[in-house]
Amino acid sequence: MSIMTADKQSVRHIPDRLSTPIGRLLGSWETLLAAVAIAIFIANSLASPHFLDPWNLSDATYNFTEKAMIAFAMTLLIISGEIDLSVAAIIALASTAMGAAAQAGFQTPALVGIGLGVGLLCGAFNGLLVARIGLPSIVVTIGTMSLFRGIAQIVLGDQAYGGYPPSFAWFGQGYMSDFSWWPTLPGFEVVTFEMIAFVLFAVVFGILLHRTTFGRWIYAIGNNAFAAQFSGIPVQRTKFILFLMTGLMSGFAAVCLTSRLGSTRHTIAAGWELEAITMAVLGGVSILGGSGTILGVVLAAVVMGLVTFGLGLLNVPGIVMSIFIGLLLILVIALPIVFRRIRSRASA
Amino acid sequence: MSVVQAAAQDPTPLLEMRDISKSFPGVKALDHVDVALYPGTVTALIGENGAGKSTLVKILTGIYQPDSGEIVVDGKAVHFGNAEAAIRNGITAIHQETVLFDELSVAENIFLGHAPRNRWGLVNWSAMNARAAALLTSIDAPISPYTRLKDLSIAQRHLVAIARALSVEARVVIMDEPTAALSYKEVEDLFRIIDRLKRQGKAILFISHKFEEVYEIAERFVVFRDGRSIGAGLLSQTGQDEIVRMMVGRSVDHVFPKTEVAIGGTVLKVSGYSHPTEFDSISFELRRGEILGLYGLVGAGRSEFCQSLFGITRPSAGSLELEGRSIEIRSPSDAIAAGIVYVPEERARHGAVLQMPIFQNFSMATLAKTTRAGFLRQAEEFALARKYAERLDLRAAALSVPVGTLSGGNQQKVVIGKWLAARPKVIVLDEPTKGIDIGSKAAVHGFMSELAGEGLSVIMVSSELPEILGMSDRVMVMREGRMAGIWNREGLDAETLVRAATGNE
Repeated sequence: MSIMTADKQSVRHIPDRLSTPIGRLLGSWETLLAAVAIAIFIANSLASPHFLDPWNLSDATYNFTEKAMIAFAMTLLIISGEIDLSVAAIIALASTAMGAAAQAGFQTPALVGIGLGVGLLCGAFNGLLVARIGLPSIVVTIGTMSLFRGIAQIVLGDQAYGGYPPSFAWFGQGYMSDFSWWPTLPGFEVVTFEMIAFVLFAVVFGILLHRTTFGRWIYAIGNNAFAAQFSGIPVQRTKFILFLMTGLMSGFAAVCLTSRLGSTRHTIAAGWELEAITMAVLGGVSILGGSGTILGVVLAAVVMGLVTFGLGLLNVPGIVMSIFIGLLLILVIALPIVFRRIRSRASA
Repeated sequence: MSVVQAAAQDPTPLLEMRDISKSFPGVKALDHVDVALYPGTVTALIGENGAGKSTLVKILTGIYQPDSGEIVVDGKAVHFGNAEAAIRNGITAIHQETVLFDELSVAENIFLGHAPRNRWGLVNWSAMNARAAALLTSIDAPISPYTRLKDLSIAQRHLVAIARALSVEARVVIMDEPTAALSYKEVEDLFRIIDRLKRQGKAILFISHKFEEVYEIAERFVVFRDGRSIGAGLLSQTGQDEIVRMMVGRSVDHVFPKTEVAIGGTVLKVSGYSHPTEFDSISFELRRGEILGLYGLVGAGRSEFCQSLFGITRPSAGSLELEGRSIEIRSPSDAIAAGIVYVPEERARHGAVLQMPIFQNFSMATLAKTTRAGFLRQAEEFALARKYAERLDLRAAALSVPVGTLSGGNQQKVVIGKWLAARPKVIVLDEPTKGIDIGSKAAVHGFMSELAGEGLSVIMVSSELPEILGMSDRVMVMREGRMAGIWNREGLDAETLVRAATGNE
């Protein structure tokens, strides 16, 4: 029993979009975050006379640049529906390996290679267990979190590695003006190497996620891995690559952090996995996977950096800062939901 | 039969919904509808997807509150503030996809939330298991209350869902497309249960897209269209054509738009395809322009076989030849590259990414066509989506809205369109019209004919006999993973297929 529709001849036109670009911009999470960032910036400059000093501001970026590099890769991983809790432990292991290599007399290029290589290997190990064997990533990376940091702890005990070559300091302590061959514009002397890396990675990850086939696969997998598989998308391979990338970015963050601190202890970067995840979630990435943007994470990184720095200038102790970050996260997540509920109740 | 006749004449409804309206932002889901349910009577609620049937069910079960209108039970106006209030008033529902819990036992599933207690306030396990066993016996379901749900078949789970619905003291039973996942024989079993409920004097609201079922089981009907009740009455006094007219608001042109297509040479040759557990020694040839119907009971291995053609499951033996060349398919991307595509049965689970925009779903399987060196070209994606949206007569507010906001029929159009963009040689449609409304069904059927006319080869898995008989050039029947035979369209009747599928030869 079936019938034909009578009005089939007339082709109805379907518009591409319902809202205008400006309408979408105004309603977006990113706009809200940008407003929060500006508000905190203004509040900070009112609260402390030292805040607007360019060198202070430049210093402030260290609060978030390294964590944000991990958060970018973590963002892709979370959107795909996975997670990596071992990123901070990878930093510890990579830093330990670099420290040991520096003791053995290796020079800067080799140290960087070792840092990145250890990150890549750790990422491959996570990826293999998740994508190949099919274990849940939260379980795998809770395990490797202890494993990687455990190795660092056995090697280091309560000792510290130091004695990195002087040129190694450049990654974590270098400024734009340190490049003699680079024509530094006036006013840009305060820009650090890490800031440039942060912007560069933001652009690279932004393009990768939002403008490439690979990025589209990530969203499809995170929203419906079955449908993605049924559309011919290589689900497991994509996930493996994402773990590799997260490992590699952790390795890179290890290079920057080790270079900045100039020494390695086994507690290095403790708790960073949660800060990177907080950045991603604050940036609008759904912890259930499937949605989020790099721009949001960039803004979230700036917000968290500004809050930490502003409170630091006011001599607020670290434990209060973490309370503040926690409250901010809950507030920013809860507010839009509460507003939506109020609005729908008003219209009902 | 006397109870039924008495009930049909009985003018006092057990439950009445009067002048019910319900709006959501931007859409009026129900617009002053009236529905009456009588004791011992099955009332069929008929309407296209989006006509407001689900909203009505949700109001009746206390999940939504109506904006205006009243619900009257036994002549008294009642108000259901929540789902519990509806249950207290003796209203229970068996949903399309009832949520059950895999790891719990059958008895726990049946009594979850209202388990019998002992005097310490703890679950009275022996009473619960005994009552579950009694309930299951009362619906002729040979299932032990101690079995874990995950060990049951789909049909058995369905019986558990029914038992759960009946575990409360229900006088009104709502069945929302209860037969959607059931095979021919299982539907008959369900109908026996419904008959029993009727004899117990319960009022039943039966929602189905299938006319044969409605006429077989129901006495009364209500037709909804665009949120309004269009007509109601006795089915014995109303013809199918009239009901279809009420449903769609336009006249019926013709049944199955199967056009005669010149059948060409062999495109796909399957030889001895086997799987350790699901199917065995499947061999056939598929020709150019041909629609091959694949009929069988649920669990006969049809989907599993089709998925192996698409690289989701790997066969343990057998070979494939596409246009004379031997091919091996290890993954869906192999299949797509070779020109074999698969429209899965479970649209929401396997077919579409509901949260993502329409245009991104259209381009999902063929991203290489709308990208340059791995970079997306949004304008080209929109162009591709527009082309297939227009060709399939998609009804959507915009191409950037999530697929999940569309009706089932329109979602299916997106999934089919996604695969047309891949320019396939062979398209496998697994239950392509399951659970979609009659208008979209006709569009899908018309489209299938069109594709065959363009030289595509179609394999259509279906459990609906009229669809199989109406659309197929040849019909292959599978039974318990094996081929039970292949028939040509001419002179083929439903009995032959059912006998082959059930083994009653």
